[in-house]
Amino acid sequence: MIVRILGEGQLEVPESEVAGLNQLDATLESAVERGDEASFRPALAALLAKVREVGSPTEAGDLRPSELIIPQPDATMDEVRKMLTDDGLIPG
Amino acid sequence: MGVMKRVTMVFRAKANKALDRMEDPRETLDYSYQTQLELLQKVRRGVADVATSRKRVELQLNQLQQSSDKLDRQARDSLAAGREDLAREALTRKAGVQSQLGDLQEQYASLQSEEEKLTQASQRLQAKVDAFRTRKETIKATYTAAEAQTRINEAFTGISEEMGDVGMAIQRAEDKTAQMKARAGAIDELMASGALDDMVSGPHDDIQAELDRMGATGGVDHELERMKAELAQSAPRQIEGSQAGTSDGASAQPASAASAPDPAQAGDPE
Repeated sequence: MIVRILGEGQLEVPESEVAGLNQLDATLESAVERGDEASFRPALAALLAKVREVGSPTEAGDLRPSELIIPQPDATMDEVRKMLTDDGLIPG
Repeated sequence: MGVMKRVTMVFRAKANKALDRMEDPRETLDYSYQTQLELLQKVRRGVADVATSRKRVELQLNQLQQSSDKLDRQARDSLAAGREDLAREALTRKAGVQSQLGDLQEQYASLQSEEEKLTQASQRLQAKVDAFRTRKETIKATYTAAEAQTRINEAFTGISEEMGDVGMAIQRAEDKTAQMKARAGAIDELMASGALDDMVSGPHDDIQAELDRMGATGGVDHELERMKAELAQSAPRQIEGSQAGTSDGASAQPASAASAPDPAQAGDPE
């Protein structure tokens, strides 16, 4: 499965790791929904660390779209919230 | 559903909306390719803009560092001249400059990292645009419009995701650069107003003025003090070594006689 880290590029992640990623993602999502800044940052960091650990970068000219997209490491909670609702954050 | 899936859906929705607008799928390819080239230009301009900002901050860092060094020297000169009050003032000002320096160094590092990120984004986009161009020609040459639809959709969705990502990276870099410009402008204004550099190099550089004044007049007193101290140190050794050397000291430095009395000299009226 292809996963994109915004601002960094795409990684190929084995299907067997997706469940683990989803678990970390659930923690992140609940932090965003609760507006819980204190648990938001470590949750995002943990998710990113896991993806980097289990993923390997795709070829530079690979045109396949990603199945999962993760916000950039320094994204604020506000930015992530806007990304979820397409609040004009993504150009085009 | 998860953050990852929801962000992906937003990206996909953008791509699908753009695809729906196109009548002939193959038209989509050419149109998209044009947009990609424009975005590439934009990223390159972005890299150049960030670099310009970074260089400006670099200049200011150098200026502030010079100010700090000069204040440090002045503090030392003041102390050497026995003016602890002046030295304290110079060090206080140096602390102010140092705090500005620390702030600016942080901003500099952030601009550097932004420049690096944009440069890499530009390289990633370039690779995808090249791949897209090749794919586009293949699709146009090989398939009828109807057959090409699926392949076009995939390539378009893939490149559109990259473009969305790069577009956001440019936006972030622009925001940071704008912040930096405002900040750099404020520091330039501070310097122009004299609040920063006048402390050390402007016409109101009172520490330097005081040091210069002391250099012209007070310097003599200072020199005398220094020589007296030297004499006071060497006198006991002279007594131990030879009594005959005492008259030399007296003739070379008559002004020091009072503060560095030589018992041998006093007892020998010639």
